[in-house]
Amino acid sequence: MYPFTLNQATTLDQACQLAARGATVLAGGQTLLASMKLRMANPEQLVDLGRLKELSGIKLEGNNLRIGAMTKHQDVANSPDVQTTIPALAQLAGQIGDKQVRAMGTIGGSVANNDPAACYPSALLALGAVVHTNARTITAADFFQGLFSTALNPGELITAVSFPVPQNAAYMKFKQPASRFALVGVFVAQTHAGVRVAVTGAASGVFRHLDLEQALEQSFTVKAAASVTIDPTDLNNDLHASAAYRANLISVQTQRAVSLMLAS
Amino acid sequence: MGASDFAKLPHIGEAVRRKEDYRFLTGAGQYTDDISLANQCYAVFVRSPHAHAIIKGIDLTHAKSMPGVIEIFTGKDLEGKMGGLPCGWLITSTDGTPMKEPPHPVLALGKARHVGDQVALVIAQTLEQAKNAAEAVAVDYEQLPAVVDVRDAAKATALHDVAPDNHCYKWALGDKAQVDATFATAAHVTQLDLVNNRLVPNAMEPRAVIGSYNRANEEYTLYVSNQNPHVERLLMTAFVLGLPEHKVRVIAPDVGGGFGSKIYLYAEDVALTWAAKQINRSIKWTCERSESFLTDAHGRDHVSHAEMAMDKDGKFLAMRVHTDANLGAYLSTFSTCVPTILYATLLAGQYTCPQIYVEVDAWFTNTTPVDAYRGAGRPEATYLLERLVSRCGWELGLEQDEIRKRNFINSWPYQTPVALQYDVGDYLGCMNKAQALADVAGFAARKSSSSSKGLLRGLGYSSYIEACGIAPSNIAGALGARAGLFECGEIRVHPTGSVTVFTGSHSHGQGHETTFAQVVAARLGIAVDAVDVVHGDTGRVPFGMGTYGSRSISVGGAAIMKALDKIETKAKKIAAHLMEASDADIDFVNGEFTVKGTDKKISFGQVALTAYVPHNYPLDKLEPGLNETAFYDPTNFTFPAGTYICEVEVDPATGTTRVDKFTAVDDFGTIINPMIVEGQVHGGLVQGIGQALMEHCIYDRDSGQLLTGSFMDYVMPRADDFPDFNIDTICTPCSHNPLGTKGCGEAGAIGSPPAVINAVLDALRSVGVKDFDMPASSHRVWQAIQAAKA
Repeated sequence: MYPFTLNQATTLDQACQLAARGATVLAGGQTLLASMKLRMANPEQLVDLGRLKELSGIKLEGNNLRIGAMTKHQDVANSPDVQTTIPALAQLAGQIGDKQVRAMGTIGGSVANNDPAACYPSALLALGAVVHTNARTITAADFFQGLFSTALNPGELITAVSFPVPQNAAYMKFKQPASRFALVGVFVAQTHAGVRVAVTGAASGVFRHLDLEQALEQSFTVKAAASVTIDPTDLNNDLHASAAYRANLISVQTQRAVSLMLAS
Repeated sequence: MGASDFAKLPHIGEAVRRKEDYRFLTGAGQYTDDISLANQCYAVFVRSPHAHAIIKGIDLTHAKSMPGVIEIFTGKDLEGKMGGLPCGWLITSTDGTPMKEPPHPVLALGKARHVGDQVALVIAQTLEQAKNAAEAVAVDYEQLPAVVDVRDAAKATALHDVAPDNHCYKWALGDKAQVDATFATAAHVTQLDLVNNRLVPNAMEPRAVIGSYNRANEEYTLYVSNQNPHVERLLMTAFVLGLPEHKVRVIAPDVGGGFGSKIYLYAEDVALTWAAKQINRSIKWTCERSESFLTDAHGRDHVSHAEMAMDKDGKFLAMRVHTDANLGAYLSTFSTCVPTILYATLLAGQYTCPQIYVEVDAWFTNTTPVDAYRGAGRPEATYLLERLVSRCGWELGLEQDEIRKRNFINSWPYQTPVALQYDVGDYLGCMNKAQALADVAGFAARKSSSSSKGLLRGLGYSSYIEACGIAPSNIAGALGARAGLFECGEIRVHPTGSVTVFTGSHSHGQGHETTFAQVVAARLGIAVDAVDVVHGDTGRVPFGMGTYGSRSISVGGAAIMKALDKIETKAKKIAAHLMEASDADIDFVNGEFTVKGTDKKISFGQVALTAYVPHNYPLDKLEPGLNETAFYDPTNFTFPAGTYICEVEVDPATGTTRVDKFTAVDDFGTIINPMIVEGQVHGGLVQGIGQALMEHCIYDRDSGQLLTGSFMDYVMPRADDFPDFNIDTICTPCSHNPLGTKGCGEAGAIGSPPAVINAVLDALRSVGVKDFDMPASSHRVWQAIQAAKA
């Protein structure tokens, strides 16, 4: 690890100012600290959000579940509010990393990092979530912009994520065997705006699968999901899965999500 | 004392809790990195980022000027001041020429031959300063084409001048003409091509070294995470540094796992020992995990073709095998004997195959050196044979158990056609017990239940044999070993009756401190807690060959037994004197000396005290003291064997393969601590099933870069990947050592991979898959199913 200065922000404004001046934002640190230890990241200034208690917590506001940016994965997984309103989201959070990662990692950190194999982005995209920042609100569709990039401006910090409660949802994660990130994760939701199918792990960033959505909109059945041919063209091809295998997993995981939702 | 009397002693067969666990579980273990010496500084190695490159120049100007830098050494600084790293086993090619033995410089000279090859040693006041300076070392590389796959080696750019076609040796065992003739007339021949996937050892504790030098007495002390400190010292002093052995002390303190990867003399060990004198400071180097992936000797990496000739009833007549073995970029310490001596001699397995011919070509590639890894040659042999045997059965329409039973050896001793003579065994007994424990009878019902859920279920067998405790030394020497294979033990009885045992075996997770204490406590009739075991220090232990090849109890334990015999003989003389009887009339049972035909008795403690306070003592005939040392050189290998049965369930939609049941019945001979044995079996099974299902070290075929260089890509097995294991044992005691033990450390890793893959193939046969290589990852299984559909 290279030397760095740790700034522990006590107000959101202070954190934003430090970030605007180029400090790297430290949320749960589950990606950043490992990169720094390996000398792959070399920030001179860190701004730690850990003391900003107002950024943590889960609130049910009408038909919206608002989760503070610094809320830890384990707290989302264990929250009765999440478990009763969007059980698929609690289940998703409970499958991230291992117990140690879930005890430290945060939803805001995960969303801001936009790792192409992270779980949360698929939930945001499928559920039509809104990302709140210190400056504005951004829809999930606008927020995620491919491989580790987002709509956040320099110095802009996520404060919370709001999820409209869907009629039904399921997340099916197929784990990369070594890292246990999503090799392919499929989040299927029946929302007021229609059926949404968001896929993570399979390509350079999270994406909605419109053919699957259309088929399931017409007939929300396993058979309808199975009838869609998944085009492997833009899918990742690496050590752990060929593009063809990822295409197969998108199909199978979608079918299984639908099956789970029909049984619930 | 004979093995059958030994097995009946108290404490033998008792699940005594491990004496070492308190310190390990409470963080009180003392591993090399936990030790810090006065005036210690830190080392970092600059490593080649290229798989194959000419080192055109190294510019140290900037790096040497950086804060805290004490010294930087490159290969040129070491040239002429030390030898290269030696190989401990000479293999002679079929044409009578010795293997190609290229130089293995401690720091690269002129060329780097694999990613991670050490190019410079940077020493600084702090670790961070050493890392910073290492980044500032400017190496001018000219890249060369790299080869990583053993099948590409012959046509690739040469790594070493002495081996222009990258060929190290061609070695063979058996009568080719006779075997070929049998094949020509056989009723049926089964053939199989297979790959034994390369593995990264990944001991929990990475390697670590502290080199230090004392100017006052000109003595070196090397702390190193190592499995055999005396061997380390011998190789380093005699072959590399030319130092007097009595001036070098090697300490391998608590060591967190080795699995073979810490047997070897590594460049870092030598470099720090030498450099400590140059800078007159103690120097610490602790390997990081990503560095371990690149530099710890890897395991396996064989490509083989195997054939079995049979009569019409499936009786084996002859076997023919060709193997290409990947040795990596340099010859690691025992790399050359793994795909030859330790491999070919196991190919008879548990079967009466009268003729075997095996040929091995060994190659250099631009990869990390390959050497012995848990099982060392024996897993490769077992995987090949047990896969072949199951296929023989399938081709002849025989069940996997039936083809094995038709060919099992059923009388002992049995002389195999590949040099080994098995002393005892009961292969059918193991098979029968395993089948009952695995509920093979209920398999059909379980298969049909899986089928109703759209899942494929398969059953796989493996009846393995292994050879532990390479021996005897003179035969090993004739076969090319450049070391002895005995063990040493010293028993020091203290005046108050407690005992310190000094053993040349080294425990790095095996629980010797408990098992060996049980042996001594049982023999002397004292409490297990009254016995402490010291190991891993050339300054305290008289000599030792270390721990590998499941040899510790059968060779190291036997040396302790011999020393105990001497203790008992002397103690009886002291007791005879005290009780005014003749030596021949003294019995020693349960810690008490008695005189035959009388009620006279005296305790072991009284005899011990008398030995050191010799007031009433036959000083004219007997030396005071009660301290004995013995060396033991075994007369034969020991032969643990067993049958493993694996049941898998495959989801054809995703290829996901789950081990649902795993049954292991082993014959380890006498068992001293069944809990420790069970732990060893669990660990071995996890490593073997890990190889079969997930572990796979992959290099990029073009660039030679290690693609699975961290736990993000190299799939380490985890607890939730496994079911509860069904484990049991049978016992046919080893006939030629005083304990009757055979060794249990590697069995699980040797026997399990073919059981898993046979089960996978059994499951996939119904969807048309005929062949499959490890690992059975979801992706690979799914691809095999798709290929069979096409």
